[in-house]
Amino acid sequence: MPRLIVCLAVALLLAACGQPGASRPTPPPLVTPATSVVPAGATPAAGTRRIVVMTHDSFSVSEEVLAGFTARSGISVEFLKAGDAGTTLNQAILSKNAPLADVLFGVDNTFLSRALAADILTPYASPVLANLPDDLKLDPENRLLPVDFGYVVINYDKAALAAAGLTPPTDLRDLTLPAWKGKLVVQHPATSSPGLAFLLATISHFGETGPYTWREFWRDLRANEVLVTQGWSEAYYTHFSGSSGAGAYPLVVSYTTSPAAEVFFSEGRLSEPPTGNLLVPGGSFRQIEFVGILRGARDEAAAREFVDFMLQPEFQADIPLQMFVYPANPRAPLPDVFLRFAELPPEPADLAPDLIEQRRDQWIAEWTEIVLR
Amino acid sequence: MRALDLSPGRVGGARRALLRAGQGAALALPVAFLALFFFYPLFAIARLSFADGMAGVLETLGTRYYWRALAFTTAQAALSTALTLALGLPGAYVFARYEFPGKALLRAVAGVPFVMPTVVVAVAFGALLGPRGLINQALQALFGPATPPIRPGGLQAVLLAHVFYNYTVILRLVGGFWANLDPRLEQAAAMLGASRLHVLLRVTLPLLAPAIGAAALLVFIFTFTSFGVMVILGGPRLATLEVEIYRQTAQALRLDVAATLALIQLVCTLGLSLVYTRLAARAVTPLELQPRSYTARPPRTRREKVLVGAAMLLITVLLGAPLAALALRSVLAPGPGAPRVTLAAYLALGQNLTGSAFFVPPTAAIANSLRIAATTTLLALSIGVPAAYLLARRPTPPRPGAPLPEKRLAVIALLDALFMLPLGTSAVTLGLGYMVALSVPGLGGLRTSPWLIPVLHTLVALPFVIRALAPVLRARSPRQREAAALLGASPARAWLRVEVPQIAPALATGAVFAFTVSLGEFGATLLLARPEAPTLPVMIFRFLGQPGALNYGQALALATILMLVTAASFLLLERLRPPGGEF
Repeated sequence: MPRLIVCLAVALLLAACGQPGASRPTPPPLVTPATSVVPAGATPAAGTRRIVVMTHDSFSVSEEVLAGFTARSGISVEFLKAGDAGTTLNQAILSKNAPLADVLFGVDNTFLSRALAADILTPYASPVLANLPDDLKLDPENRLLPVDFGYVVINYDKAALAAAGLTPPTDLRDLTLPAWKGKLVVQHPATSSPGLAFLLATISHFGETGPYTWREFWRDLRANEVLVTQGWSEAYYTHFSGSSGAGAYPLVVSYTTSPAAEVFFSEGRLSEPPTGNLLVPGGSFRQIEFVGILRGARDEAAAREFVDFMLQPEFQADIPLQMFVYPANPRAPLPDVFLRFAELPPEPADLAPDLIEQRRDQWIAEWTEIVLR
Repeated sequence: MRALDLSPGRVGGARRALLRAGQGAALALPVAFLALFFFYPLFAIARLSFADGMAGVLETLGTRYYWRALAFTTAQAALSTALTLALGLPGAYVFARYEFPGKALLRAVAGVPFVMPTVVVAVAFGALLGPRGLINQALQALFGPATPPIRPGGLQAVLLAHVFYNYTVILRLVGGFWANLDPRLEQAAAMLGASRLHVLLRVTLPLLAPAIGAAALLVFIFTFTSFGVMVILGGPRLATLEVEIYRQTAQALRLDVAATLALIQLVCTLGLSLVYTRLAARAVTPLELQPRSYTARPPRTRREKVLVGAAMLLITVLLGAPLAALALRSVLAPGPGAPRVTLAAYLALGQNLTGSAFFVPPTAAIANSLRIAATTTLLALSIGVPAAYLLARRPTPPRPGAPLPEKRLAVIALLDALFMLPLGTSAVTLGLGYMVALSVPGLGGLRTSPWLIPVLHTLVALPFVIRALAPVLRARSPRQREAAALLGASPARAWLRVEVPQIAPALATGAVFAFTVSLGEFGATLLLARPEAPTLPVMIFRFLGQPGALNYGQALALATILMLVTAASFLLLERLRPPGGEF
């Protein structure tokens, strides 16, 4: 029996390597694998200039695109991934006296004001900015430059709704009706960025004053048995019925690009997404991600070159399939799966970053009181 | 007879000085390690957190919610510990006293949950107990209720998961000690007319007390700082202090509040450890430890067979079934229709489908995980063993008959408790502490050092090594070594041939836990791992961060690989036996 486990381990490992029956000895030896500080593909030989980019776990770029940058500029790029977007920014703020990196990527509009107030970034008016839409540029001093954006919305499970004889709601308030009791999963806004984005969308839509504010909406959602999870992964994979995790809830807070990702990551099994976007008025929030040069960067010129590169069409065109968000530069072409299945919500919520930074903690505290206590 | 007793009266002056120097060095290493890699980063983050004054401390202490969170944290940890003990002790007894087929494998399986990332365990529990899980589907098919009959949620799910995770701590720590306990003590009591219950309560449990206490302490601290289980299985309404620390640090950047809560957590851990070490120092009974081949035998009577069968069943159902459900899901094709077995997810792991610069082949992640775990194990043993020796030293009165030196006892108890602290420290606090401590100019290079993560893991592994060794070291009787010396063995030889075999099982237990802690650690690793050198749990987390069947499938495939790698490592580690003894 013990031998069986070892055999199984080796067999699955071989399958995972994609070369069943290969004569390569497995399991691997207990030595450091040959990892360089630069991701494979980039050739550090091209020059001695080196920059460090601090970013969050979800960041990705094609090997090829990155290698192209290094080959052209002679700058090798090292990445420092420091947890989720909030944790990453906080690390950058905490280490501002001896910056760990030259460039910071991944600050979004909900954290923009905090990053600017912490005075960790240095302005850079990139020439490429001229090609970007003005509504994405939220910092007039150009300390943070927009790179990509995406929309947080509710995804629904097409098959589950059809089986229950339901048609997707047309208004956010429909979600408080008995037909939608126990059907929606959301994330805790204190620990999840889509969770916060959705809360902000409802605040923007229902407002803070009047007979029916966002507070009443959430009170009604609670009465209608909304499920709250800590993060996106549990919400989507454990509780949402439209994902491979096959949970019990047909509605989940996710992104407008998630249905496209379901098709893309189905290995050709799906030609249509199993899920749809609930594009109701006020039901979406636009997250914009920014890049900035950290104060005290060792090689500011190289950092500038990298920021330019991130805004130019080559990198921008790489964004959709690497991170499943939209490129900020409209000159970058969108991949087919985006054109067909990713949708742009008609009227996303609009809240000023300053207001978000000012009120976020209080809103989250109130939300926690209303929904969880 | 050579001087074996280390009491000052019997050792010559020069030798005493040498011994003192050796002891000093042995003590300096662990203490320096703790000071440099634990207290310094903690101090760095605390200083930064309270840079703007202490208003946050007062604010936090004045918030009733946090006191309620502390009460809940303590209550659930106590409940979890009691439940784990209740289920684990019978298992420990069976593994200590009986030989049966599949024993090594079952013991390995019982240890696998300890390394599994919570988000994957949630998937496993969901596959088994969820509304659309196997059990509910079976119940609905059999009895036909329209809604799923089983809906474990909140606290029940948390307690179940805590037992799932920590069963192995009781099994190995208590079972390992129990296996070397001389059964003749119990037999003698029975012979003298004691009932079975009486023997258990008056002989066995008191002898086991140090090991049970050590295991219970570890489980309590582990569940006291529970994070993943809480947030994923417990739902958002249940929040331990650890959860609040994460919320305040990662999102709100209220470092002063977070640091206050982290300090409260530390004080609780310290207090509890102090109480434990004081009690443990009093509960010492010198014992003639016996080899396992002597204490364990196949079950003979029907009662014994039922007992062994029940323990096997419990491990299989409680620990094995969720893991099996997970492995099964990893090889089932997604989508509706009849279930179909496929290795697609495994095959996809080896391919860089999106051409990402951050692609890491699964073999590299396995190698990273194993390399870090092996380094951690070596570090933890080479620091933990000297530490355990010093902490376990029986205090000797200055003169025969004089009272024990209370002051020195207190120092040792304090040191002992200090080594437990890393276990009670929030991963995000320590991770940020490292980041701040390393952002001093000149130290930045350490941030990418391959030693960083093993050092961090060693901090968490040390309490396990020390707790596994201390009860054995305290219980060992000097008589066997004295006998060896009488027969002409030098002290070094007596140590190697008599003592090492005696402590070898505890060493192995410590090594297994150091290895396990490292394989499974996630919170701090995520903050500090280099992106091109992720561990398996970090890779699993990455896949679960994107929608799509293939990402989900690859996460489950990697989780299954993690399971198998863990089980295989345990089986290999258990084969390692020191020369000269078969304890």
